[in-house]
Amino acid sequence: VVPDAIEREIVIEASPRLVWGIVTEAQHLAGWFSDEAEIDLRSGGRMLLTWRDHGTYEGRVETVDPPRLFAFRWQTREGEFSETNSTLVVMTLEPEETGTRLRVVESGFATLPRSDDARARYADENAKGWLTELDELRQYFAEMVAANRAR
Amino acid sequence: MTPRSDEPDRLWAALGDPMRIRLLDLLLEHGEATASTLAGALPITRQGVSKHLAVLERDGLVTAHRSGREVRYAVREERLDQAGAAMARLAARWETRLTAIKKMAEQAAKRH
Repeated sequence: VVPDAIEREIVIEASPRLVWGIVTEAQHLAGWFSDEAEIDLRSGGRMLLTWRDHGTYEGRVETVDPPRLFAFRWQTREGEFSETNSTLVVMTLEPEETGTRLRVVESGFATLPRSDDARARYADENAKGWLTELDELRQYFAEMVAANRAR
Repeated sequence: MTPRSDEPDRLWAALGDPMRIRLLDLLLEHGEATASTLAGALPITRQGVSKHLAVLERDGLVTAHRSGREVRYAVREERLDQAGAAMARLAARWETRLTAIKKMAEQAAKRH
C-alpha cells in the first residue's frame, strides 16, 4: 500500500559484508542511526536506540540473514515496545558489480494506534504551520498516486 | 537528527488503503463528484465508495456538501499536503541515514 511505506536505496562502493557490519553493529548504528545503540543481533533480540536529546527508543530484531537481509521493528514514540506502536524496517543488501545496493523499506504507519496525545501533538504542529514548499509536496503526492496506480 | 517526527497518525490510517488513494486521485481529477459518479469509475459498489468517503471525511481529507438532492465530495488539498509532507520528512530521514551508511562503509573499504 503506497503511502504506508517509504522506500529508498543507495549504491555503496563497498562489499555487502562490509555494509552488513555498518548496518547491524552497535558501534556503527550509533553513527548513522542514533547517538548510542545496543543490539542483540538475532531474531527476537532487543535493540536500544538512544538519542541524547530525545531519549531511548526500543526495537526488536526481526530477521538476520547476513549479508543479505536485516529487519527490525522500532517504536514510534517513547514508552513500552509493542508490535502496534512500532514500524518495520527491512534493509536488503544486493551485490553489485563494484559494491552493494542497499535498499530500505519502512512500513506500518497506517496501523499505528491513534492516541489522543498524538492527535494533540499533531494539532499543535498544525497550528505552528510546519508546511512549507507546498508545490513540491503536491508533486510528491502526485508521484505516490502514480506509483500506486502503476501497481 | 531526531528519531521520529510526530506523524499525523490519522492521516496514515485514512491513506492506508489503496482504494481510498484511488478515490482521492479521482476526486483530484474531477474537482468534485458524487459517490455514484465515483463508483462508476471504480470496481466497487456505491455503498463501498460511501464507506471509504466516510473515513476520508472523518479524517478531514475530503469535504462533503449537499447540492439539491445529491452530496458532492471534494478533496481538502491542504490535508493531502500534510500527508505528503510527513512522507517527505520520513523519506528525507532515510536519505540522510543511507548517505551516512555509504560514507562509513566506503571509508572502511578504503582502509582495507
